[in-house]
Amino acid sequence: MIQILQQLINGLSIGSVYALMAVGYSLVYSIMNFSNFAHGGVIMLGAYFGFFFVTLYKMPFWVAFFGAGICSMLVAVLVERVAYKPLRARNAPFLYFMISAMGASMFMENFVIATIGPTFRTYPQVFPPQPFNLRGIYVGRLDMVMFVISCISLVALVYFIEFTKMGKAIQATAFNPKASALMGINTDFVTIVVFALGGFLAGIAGVLFGMKYTVYPQIGSITIKSFIAAVFGGLGSLPGAVIGSFILGILETLVSGYMMSQYRDLISFSLLILILVFKPMGLMGKSSEEKA
Amino acid sequence: MDWFYIEGVLILAGINIIAVLGLSLLTGFTGLFSFGHAGFMAVGAYTCVYFGERLGLPFIAAVIAGGLSAGLVSLFIGRLTLKLKGDYFCIATLGFGEAIRLLLDNLQIFGGARGWPGIPPKVDLTTVVIFSLLGIIFLVFLINSRHGRAMIAVREEELAAKVMGIDVYRYKVISLFISAVYAGVAGGLLGYYLTFLQPKLFGLQKSTEYTIMVIFGGIGSISGSVLAAFFLTVLPEILRSFAVWRFVIYGAAVIFIMIARPQGLMGGKEITLKGITSILKKPGKNRAIRSGEV
Repeated sequence: MIQILQQLINGLSIGSVYALMAVGYSLVYSIMNFSNFAHGGVIMLGAYFGFFFVTLYKMPFWVAFFGAGICSMLVAVLVERVAYKPLRARNAPFLYFMISAMGASMFMENFVIATIGPTFRTYPQVFPPQPFNLRGIYVGRLDMVMFVISCISLVALVYFIEFTKMGKAIQATAFNPKASALMGINTDFVTIVVFALGGFLAGIAGVLFGMKYTVYPQIGSITIKSFIAAVFGGLGSLPGAVIGSFILGILETLVSGYMMSQYRDLISFSLLILILVFKPMGLMGKSSEEKA
Repeated sequence: MDWFYIEGVLILAGINIIAVLGLSLLTGFTGLFSFGHAGFMAVGAYTCVYFGERLGLPFIAAVIAGGLSAGLVSLFIGRLTLKLKGDYFCIATLGFGEAIRLLLDNLQIFGGARGWPGIPPKVDLTTVVIFSLLGIIFLVFLINSRHGRAMIAVREEELAAKVMGIDVYRYKVISLFISAVYAGVAGGLLGYYLTFLQPKLFGLQKSTEYTIMVIFGGIGSISGSVLAAFFLTVLPEILRSFAVWRFVIYGAAVIFIMIARPQGLMGGKEITLKGITSILKKPGKNRAIRSGEV
């Protein structure tokens, strides 16, 4: 019993970081209807920003943490301006967006390999390693911090989207871009804000992910699992992305805990195919069947 | 540079041409994106080597078996996912490609993640050239047939194609099947050329590279795909010292092509015999490139 609870807690902590990443995929999908594969690159850069702020510039952790978030935010907006804006301007088919995204993620990953190098780096110990002991269940301090930060960020995001004017504009644009533009919403600016939000969350998620595991240029392809979570919850749906992430996180820890850890990724990707086959709109997404 | 090295590069180029031709049919002519073609290649490669080495089939039979097995897997995947909207299909292939790689990582009978060494070398330049020529000829005839035109119609506008009485779903399945057979054959040849197979060879990076080759060559152009596959295999060999920056440039170039010249190198046109003879007859007038195919 204790063991199951232990696994659940580990799953919640990793699931919360997945959620931070997955909402980025979902936000962009809700506005632009394509899967932004450059998101993984932004997460990776976030991890590197944080790493260098902490080690090279000896910044206090929280400064480095927010610094990484803001830098990734700028990168995400830059990617949107360079790789997507020209396509948006001429109403290109979604395939072009996806190829462009692929190019951007390839560029970022290999730029880091070429300039910083492909070596694995570990964050210095920021939080003391000894875990809390809650009646026999051990909760690592880092896991606790991850969970709390993710929850605060997600609540802040929901508040922003539900209760601010900008958030309402985002919802309207997601519902119908053309009508919102006619109502006087600057959809171009809304897109920038969406990328900025996703980029910031990607940056801090990258730092947390890097602290939990290691930092290396291919993190982006690991974070594709958060994309699975977004698909699982239903692309374009924020609550779906969060719920999907927690389910995926818990499933992964249960698989590595009770089966074999090598099967963890295999099961995640098989889950992706199964979802697409049986419930392509995910848990709470819009219908994805071709409208003919 | 000795011949052995040049031959090796040419063989790899030929294998890439076969795989890219298949993907070109799917992406360039049917308008479906696949991020999992390396998965089909892996299926083909492992089946081919399994049939050839463990079951003792002759080389040609083993290669064909590899291609067909990849095709069978694609029928299964296609049946499940081709009814979905384009981007969901693309995501499904991504999941498929990664799942195949991770599955092979854990299958100990094929050597798992450590790979499968000691495959006898049975592929030389002649074999690869013959296979890629066959591949090109088949694809040219297919594209110029009724079925090829139906696939192009599906790419251009699904709804209109449906209205014209084209069974969109069926043509998508056929296109994916043929494309997977090409990938499987390429995989089999790769295994028998490298004499070593490892799941790592067939990662997401490989699928992306092939897609990039198709885009470089231009969507909807066979000669473009062949040229792109050839140059993008040979070029990095020439720029060896530059290797780290290669993918940085690829990435930037892909974005650039998408925003500046989405039609790619050949822009949907083909180099045809007719075009070449016409340029020979009338020197000075560049008419080698004709849009004879569509």
